[in-house]
Amino acid sequence: MIRLEARTSTPGWFNLALPLLAIGATLVLCSGLIALAGAGIVEAYGVMFSASLGDSYAITETLVRATPMIFTGLAVAVAFRAKFWNIGAEGQLLAGAVASCAVGAIPMPGPLAMLLMALAGAAAGAAVALVPATLRVKFRVDDVVSSLLLNSVIFYALMALIEGPWKDSFSGYPISPPIEDSANFPVLLEGTRLHLGVVAAFLAAPVIWFLIARTTLGFRIRVVGENPEAARYGGIHVERVLISTALLSGALAGLAGVGEVGGVHFQVMSDISPGYGYSGIVVAMLARLNPLGVVPAALFLAAVMTGAEAMSRATGVPAFLSDVIQGTALLAMLVALLFTAYRVRRVGTAR
Amino acid sequence: MSVVLEQIFQVGFLAAIIRIATPLAFATLGEMFSERAGVLNLGIEGIMLLSAMTGFTATSLSGSLWLGVLAAVLTGALMGAVHALFTVALGLSQHVCGIGVTLFSSGLAYFLYRLIFGQQSVPPSIKSFETLPIPVLSDIPVLGPAVFNQFSLVYMAMAAVPLAAFVLYRTPWGLSVRMVGENPRAADSAGVGVIATRFQAVMLGGALMGLAGAFLSMVQFNAFTFGLVSGRGWVAIALVVFGRWDPWRSAGAALLFAFVDALQLRMQASGLGHIPYEAFLMLPFIFTIVAMAVMSRNAVAPSALLKPFRREER
Repeated sequence: MIRLEARTSTPGWFNLALPLLAIGATLVLCSGLIALAGAGIVEAYGVMFSASLGDSYAITETLVRATPMIFTGLAVAVAFRAKFWNIGAEGQLLAGAVASCAVGAIPMPGPLAMLLMALAGAAAGAAVALVPATLRVKFRVDDVVSSLLLNSVIFYALMALIEGPWKDSFSGYPISPPIEDSANFPVLLEGTRLHLGVVAAFLAAPVIWFLIARTTLGFRIRVVGENPEAARYGGIHVERVLISTALLSGALAGLAGVGEVGGVHFQVMSDISPGYGYSGIVVAMLARLNPLGVVPAALFLAAVMTGAEAMSRATGVPAFLSDVIQGTALLAMLVALLFTAYRVRRVGTAR
Repeated sequence: MSVVLEQIFQVGFLAAIIRIATPLAFATLGEMFSERAGVLNLGIEGIMLLSAMTGFTATSLSGSLWLGVLAAVLTGALMGAVHALFTVALGLSQHVCGIGVTLFSSGLAYFLYRLIFGQQSVPPSIKSFETLPIPVLSDIPVLGPAVFNQFSLVYMAMAAVPLAAFVLYRTPWGLSVRMVGENPRAADSAGVGVIATRFQAVMLGGALMGLAGAFLSMVQFNAFTFGLVSGRGWVAIALVVFGRWDPWRSAGAALLFAFVDALQLRMQASGLGHIPYEAFLMLPFIFTIVAMAVMSRNAVAPSALLKPFRREER
């Protein structure tokens, strides 16, 4: 006989084993689609791997790609810790991109410009996240739905800018004017796109980890998420904590947009984010909402996205495979998380 | 004001409202069934997209429109079953599973579409349904041509509203759905299969979302395009709240939203050139957010919404 019983604690190696299990299951499941497309499974995954991690240039491309997802992953991890269901990282990213682009276009010394771009982007993202948080606290509006709907509003606002006042009057393309050259984030490695924002993302993860694990605000965020009644009983102002969480989460998502403007595109266009905000949800769940886990999880998704394009060119398998992998990985991770709540135990019928 | 009234009582404008409301009505009723049974389905956006793709593809390959509709309905029900497997059978987070289902379904829709049709500069299209005038009724001035000279899927949406109300409020199964959504433990004691009922409701909901997707790709656009659904699924979730989880009110909410959307389309076209058209595109979304803020204080969600049921736990 086998039965499931509830677990009271989980061993530490689960933090590593469960995401790996989920990723393994995902790759096995998605190999069916590769076969359906008539390509060799080993070949396709091989191209994917070598194009994203096979040489030093590929690795830098994957790092650049991972950067916005580290920020959105941290944004979602922080929010979900407090059970503030921020699905609006996409819109917050776009707001951050627009704000930093506006600041970056003003002539001023480079370092000052970068600092102000980061501040403006973070503030814009935080301001957007404040809307669903306020609606939830004051009007009891479901934060999932309002943050999702807000993504569309922000997207159209961005489009109105780049097809209106920001439109390139020379070419007529719906793209914003570029930021000042001096505001471009410095490239760290000659011949690559590895920019300052990548380092910022890698530093942000331990900072946010410290904030969540070791500070009073982090403690409050965790308590509000795990047991709001107990939090209230313990004298924690739950509404205030939710608002603080939203501001922090939105600021992080806004920084994702800052990095894309300052380090990659140097301007704003309609497809500046291929859904990095939604990928942030996958990243955060793979990381089990642990800020330190966000980095490897974002690297995995970045490798899949970078590799999928090369795989598509080499084998003809549509690059949309990377989107299927993201969705499957999220669902597989949720199933894997069952192992944290239950353990399979063999129950002997005889001694 | 009189200008607005003139706009409303135009055949074209009324017909536009009906056309915009149809997929929303299907989607909203689908989400309502799911939520009445206690399951939030955030997979709706992706389910609509995947169904739109399978419906379009089945029609494109077979030449039969109704085969396409059937394919879309089956796709929706299947994805509903997937969502139910995760959230009902395994009791996983409904929020995150729904996002997972949406990401997975959208990715799969684009992947399969690209695989089947390749990359084409002009997207392939199908010859859609003809309108089906209803005798006598379609002769009513203004209202007749707008409402009773429509596509068969539009009539299905009109029929779906009273039918959904009947099923939910007047049949034993509808009672079971409401019970498992309000108090699953009591339902279980009364001998109602909580898991089975929730599965059925989420699958029925998925099938209705499939119809919504089919309408978009097979009637409204006659083609499958990227961003075909563009937030309509999320809007439907808001409309369920706005419609207080009731079929009639939800359909009313869908009509109201369609009115705002048709109005913004008209305003875009009517020479308000100094206002960017995106401002109008935003309008229905902002309207929905504001409407939720106004309504949410009084809205009472099904008590067991978001709560998984496990028999052995208290």
